[in-house]
Amino acid sequence: MRGFLLRRLAQAVVVLLGVTLIVFLLERLTPGSLAHAILGPRASAQAVAAFNTANGLEHPIVIQYLDFLGRLVRGNLGYSYRLNQSVGSLIAHQAPNDLILVGLGLVFALAIALPLGIAQAVRRNRAVDQIATGAALALYSMPSYWLALLLIAAFSIGTHVFPPEAGQSGATAGILSDPKGLALPVLTLTLVNVAWFSRYLRSAAIDTLAQDYVRLARAKGLPERLVLSRHVLRNSLLAVVTLLGLSVPMLLTAGLVVEYVFNIPGVGLSYYTAAANADYPVELGVTVIVGLATVLGSLLADISYAILDPRVRR
Amino acid sequence: MIGEFRHNRLGVAAVVLIVLLIAFCFLGPLIHPSDQVHANIAITNIGPGGSHLFGTDANGYDILGRLMVGGRDSLEIGVAVALLATLLGALWGAIAGLTGGALDALMMRVVDTLLALPAIFVLIYLATVVQPTVPLLIAVISLLSWLGPARLIRGETLSLRTREFVEAARAAGASRTRIIVRHLLPNTVGTLVVNATFQVADAIILLATLSFLGFGLPPPAATWGGMLSQGTTYLLDGYWWEVYPAGFLIMLTVIAFNLVGDAIRETVDSRVRTR
Repeated sequence: MRGFLLRRLAQAVVVLLGVTLIVFLLERLTPGSLAHAILGPRASAQAVAAFNTANGLEHPIVIQYLDFLGRLVRGNLGYSYRLNQSVGSLIAHQAPNDLILVGLGLVFALAIALPLGIAQAVRRNRAVDQIATGAALALYSMPSYWLALLLIAAFSIGTHVFPPEAGQSGATAGILSDPKGLALPVLTLTLVNVAWFSRYLRSAAIDTLAQDYVRLARAKGLPERLVLSRHVLRNSLLAVVTLLGLSVPMLLTAGLVVEYVFNIPGVGLSYYTAAANADYPVELGVTVIVGLATVLGSLLADISYAILDPRVRR
Repeated sequence: MIGEFRHNRLGVAAVVLIVLLIAFCFLGPLIHPSDQVHANIAITNIGPGGSHLFGTDANGYDILGRLMVGGRDSLEIGVAVALLATLLGALWGAIAGLTGGALDALMMRVVDTLLALPAIFVLIYLATVVQPTVPLLIAVISLLSWLGPARLIRGETLSLRTREFVEAARAAGASRTRIIVRHLLPNTVGTLVVNATFQVADAIILLATLSFLGFGLPPPAATWGGMLSQGTTYLLDGYWWEVYPAGFLIMLTVIAFNLVGDAIRETVDSRVRTR
């Protein structure tokens, strides 16, 4: 187990270094010079020179990258000149909103998709399965903003059941200030996730049902309810671990779109606003955090999987 | 394989649907010509009917005509991305899987690294740095989309490379290139075709999302995502014809490609089982 852990950790570190290298190179892609991008196109030569010295931009590119890494390791994600705020504090302030939003969407989706996947596998190719598969395909084929718009049209315009915008309090986790406003964004994310998860969990459950130990359990007369809860559900939970680790990029992408549509002050919306205002430090800082979250997600999934299923600890 | 595919009714229906969508986008404007470049503020936000079957939008563009033109870029970019990404991913995966060792580890870490950056974030950033064009979008989305096929084909290669026919080829003195091109890739064609079909669907969604957020092709280009984005502004005014047709077409196209992918996968799987 220790060997597996060390190998997997080393992999994660290499990938993280790769992510920082890409972000660093993206930063160098900014049109003109970084100084002009931040100080404005009409910045004086003196101001540009002072900016370059202050940020170490006159050093060779390798040294600049190491500087950049050093800053990241010390938790410095950059500084937004437009917002006059460090990117780290911006993310720290808004991340709770994202965690609440994405977390709720995830919990509800698992509560639906897990039993649904097993039910579909048990009644494979029967009406229930086909309806659920069809619905999942339709949801899966919808851009998440289109789904969000349909929900707004159904529940906000005309019927006024739920507001089309989330709570706008500036406080930490301000999204909770208006629980009703959370309904549609969370519903959107839940449906997007269910479509994604149920396909995967259905085929995982189908694989489990074909295993010898399930046949044995049935042959020895174990009630079907116990076969499903003791054998099938447990193995589906194993699939959930992998699924969660892999779905971080998908969750963050859907989060960005949902925050945009419902005007939720989260990291995703900040990324959008930064892009619209050419606020490069925020864009790059957020990208680093998104990369970090993805790498951590798959690392944690692999480690949990190894703990739960000893066969993978090769 | 095509013979077997014909028995999959849903798959055939989806192929017909794709053909119809292509005809709608590329031949449609010949039957229903409309000016999608010059705005006409005398005829803005007209409801469906009369000479504008699907109405007009806030710039006075005919919606039906715009739906036709708007699908072209999606379809072209989607198909081009699927082809490029699959080719690149297949070669990358086959080389990594066949070579093994340090090179394999390095190549797969490159894949992991790119996978750690969600495409939409990278695309939005790039769109703020350079003005998107069709070739640029094809190149960038391809560079972000070949990772799935690379992993799949590496996996298949790992199991194929120990098989007798590959060992026989190696024993006969075949070069690595020959083994990859003549023996490995042909045996992964099923996986590749299925994956490429899903990639068209994914690329269309990604592209539509980018346009919806306002980082897609700049005006006067017409895109379904862009139409939806603009129409949303008027949803509260009740101009539903500016919103629903575009969203519906995106969904229909993506469903069609996903269904074809599912159908091909079933065909390929049944061949594997009966072999």
